Amino acid sequence: MKQEPKHKVRKAASVFSFRRFRALCHKETLQIIRDPTSILIAFILPVVMLFIYGYGINLDTGRVRTGLLCEDTSPDARQFASSLTGSPSLHIIAYDSLPAISEALTRSQIRGFVIIPSDFSIKLRRAESALAASASVEPAPIQLITDGSEPNTANFVQGYVLGAWQNWLAQRAASRGLAAPPAISLENTFWYNPAAESRNYLIPGSITIIMTVIGALLTALVIAREWERGTMEALLSSPVTRAELLLSKIIPYYFLGMIVLLLCIAVAHYLMGVPFRGSPFPILACGSLFLLSVLGIGLLISTATRNQFNSSQIALFVAFLPAMMLSGFLFEISSMPAPIRAVSTIIPARYFVSAIQTLAQVGDAWPVLRRSLIFLACTSVLFLGLTAKLTRKRLE
Amino acid sequence: MSPAVTITDLTRLFPAAPKPALDRVSATIRTGRITGLAGPDGAGKTTLMRLIAGLLKPDSGSIRVFGSDPVRDAAELRGVIGYMPQKFGLYEDLTVIENLTLHADLRAVVGRERDETFARLLKFTDLAHFTGRLAGKLSGGMKQKLGLACALLGAPRLLLLDEPGVGVDPISRRELWRMVGDLADEGIAIIWSTAYLDEAERCDDILLLNEGQPLYAGPPRDLTARMNGRCFLLPVPAENRRIRLAELASRPEILDATIQAQNIRVLIRAKTGSESAHFKFETGSAPAAPRFEDAFMDILGGAKTGASALTHILRDIPRDGATVIETRDLTRTFGDFTAADRINLKIKRGEIYGLLGPNGAGKSTTFRMLCGLLTPTSGEARAAGIDLRHSPARARQRIGYMAQKFSLYGQLTVAQNLAFFSGAYGLHGAGQRDAIDAVTNCFHLAQYHGIKADALPLGYKQRLALACAVMHSPHILFLDEPTSGIDPVTRREFWTHINAAVQRGVTVMVTTHFMDEAEYCDRIGLIHRSKLIAAGAPEDLKSQAVTDENRHPTMEDAFITLIERSGL
Repeated sequence: MKQEPKHKVRKAASVFSFRRFRALCHKETLQIIRDPTSILIAFILPVVMLFIYGYGINLDTGRVRTGLLCEDTSPDARQFASSLTGSPSLHIIAYDSLPAISEALTRSQIRGFVIIPSDFSIKLRRAESALAASASVEPAPIQLITDGSEPNTANFVQGYVLGAWQNWLAQRAASRGLAAPPAISLENTFWYNPAAESRNYLIPGSITIIMTVIGALLTALVIAREWERGTMEALLSSPVTRAELLLSKIIPYYFLGMIVLLLCIAVAHYLMGVPFRGSPFPILACGSLFLLSVLGIGLLISTATRNQFNSSQIALFVAFLPAMMLSGFLFEISSMPAPIRAVSTIIPARYFVSAIQTLAQVGDAWPVLRRSLIFLACTSVLFLGLTAKLTRKRLE
Repeated sequence: MSPAVTITDLTRLFPAAPKPALDRVSATIRTGRITGLAGPDGAGKTTLMRLIAGLLKPDSGSIRVFGSDPVRDAAELRGVIGYMPQKFGLYEDLTVIENLTLHADLRAVVGRERDETFARLLKFTDLAHFTGRLAGKLSGGMKQKLGLACALLGAPRLLLLDEPGVGVDPISRRELWRMVGDLADEGIAIIWSTAYLDEAERCDDILLLNEGQPLYAGPPRDLTARMNGRCFLLPVPAENRRIRLAELASRPEILDATIQAQNIRVLIRAKTGSESAHFKFETGSAPAAPRFEDAFMDILGGAKTGASALTHILRDIPRDGATVIETRDLTRTFGDFTAADRINLKIKRGEIYGLLGPNGAGKSTTFRMLCGLLTPTSGEARAAGIDLRHSPARARQRIGYMAQKFSLYGQLTVAQNLAFFSGAYGLHGAGQRDAIDAVTNCFHLAQYHGIKADALPLGYKQRLALACAVMHSPHILFLDEPTSGIDPVTRREFWTHINAAVQRGVTVMVTTHFMDEAEYCDRIGLIHRSKLIAAGAPEDLKSQAVTDENRHPTMEDAFITLIERSGL
């Protein structure tokens, strides 16, 4: 084997080389295509998650199972009971004793119950005459008990029962030809999500989770794998620069993430019927900045650990769970305690959830989007900058 | 000739470690020579390689590579250093040619120069027919050659090879030596790190390290020459060879005693004055040529143990000459890959049987089937008279198993590991306490009882793993690569324990890729590409390789001859 002349010194390697960068990107792309786990995480998992969030989780309640204990046998009481039963939102089950109905609530067979007390019609009539005489109003003669361990459902029960009660009172007043009590009727109209279907905001939100998994988990894993297999040492001892190495990890996964984003939007829109009212540019802009932020997190994790198991654990705790809990995707940020709200400000998912939900339901609402874009730009600069600062060319 | 690398008083500490990884190491590495970086695991070999490659910063002292600082002048030096990390640093899901192309791009080998270099390297490594194959699907020897080819792109003047010979079959290892020898002849400086001392002996120069301490730097034969006149071979009949070995090893004037084929090989301690040169050891003994390992043993102060206390722990098993391990056409497939192909073994009580073969040959698969940890695809396996297919749990009670890399609980202390493993084997109460006390004394573990297994020095991890495997007084001991990466003194101690166990009637089955260790066994089986290609006493196998040119073949020569003869 012949060697070339030894004195030929190759060009100093400190400047960015497009050839090296392209070679690294090519290698990364081949690895993505050939590795079944990255295909699984990038294409199969998102679709599965979309369907789980789209059909598996539903924050709307259909007809709520509600108990009824009627202790009064007067026509008034029977009338009200039948109006409750007729409510489209309530599934009324009648019980004949307090212990039986409490037992049913404890066993979660019902979500709440209504008691019509034995003095219902007496009190009702007294109240009505007091009202007619413009005197002070007696306390409401029915009692409602709900299951506070599920506050969301408890609120529904309360709302539905209250609605049915007011409805009945109004009808009663009208049928008697009395001057109806000041007709305060609530009419709910949902803006932006006319059907108030939770799927319409859960699915865009779940795209955030999917992008986090791809950006943070996949990058953290692939770099840890390079350390475990010893290929990182081979790379670092070659003339590759820090910038080339980092960019070659960012660019291929950026494109993968954007493809997945578009795939998710397509599946959500065309298969699952979720509206997307925004235009392509803001969607791509928000998606890009968010993806860069989570890629930054993934790369940051990989500088902290060189073991695939550890890096997946860390990615779960610093990227996936916050994206789930603190992004406003499932839980309202405004109702969180102040310190947790403060933590949520550096979570990129928070801004992307707001942006993509806006883009899906409202359209190009620039004031909201502008804020999200600015913050996403900040988080991507923050995490990528930290990575660039902490990545050492050397192994220590 | 100017040196390629000059190392002066180099020290490197790692925050978590109590001792420095390298402690004031000085050496000169010259061009055109193979410099061996020798020492057991934890000696500091890889740390030194990384320091030379500029991947780590020294804490004190200096390194100059062709006159430049590897960290400060990294940009300039990266073009002239080729580095093959452990496990070869290949992308397993890229093909041979894709791996080469990546490294060519990274090292600016382009255009016609690339075509020529690829043609030359593919011819040199004999990989031309496999360019489209994924690196992960190559055999160990082919991976090793591809790793070398990648490190050679860009025509380095310094080649760093980190344990290139580990676990590779002997034919590939021999070819690698030839290739690296050619490179040295062209004037490249080569650093070859190794834990095999027979490999170190073949280098032009050597830097011997142990636990970060430099022990020797210079040509290996100068070190070996110190042992001239102190090595003897004593022929001993097989039936009392082990008793004689234990007796000799306990004598104070003897540095080391090992079994080598039908002889016991004895090293005498250095003595002051001239008498040592004329020491006539014993009638019937013949002087033997010293080896590098002998010199290493001398520096380390020789084997420390005479007799093993293991004889007092293990119950005596009557030697009835029964066959305790038997397999018939034992086969295991994983998908379309046959990991063990119709293996037939018959091992008698009180035998030491060694399975010798490169990584991936099927040693561990066979082992795991014999221990009842893996169900055979076809064929039969019986251990201690129990069919492993039907009642593996019952068989395991009579088996002691020491897994590769010592399957200890790293977060538990030594005492907790002992308590757990003795409990797992059904010991309890006074019996359990006695067993723990006995192995604690036997393996000198008392001082480490409160320490987590992860924090133990390598030699003590190995002792603890063996202790855990013998507490329940098993009839059969399975030891999967028990001594890889361990210094020769600890290795010797380990074999003393094995010999003691065998004297109590225990049957021992051991896998190894140390060729010399194979000679401590009564019989060995050579495994190559999932098949048992030969089995027999070490001397019988070696005698099959005798030719006119080579009258005293080594175990490695025998292995190569038998592989070639098997036609696999």
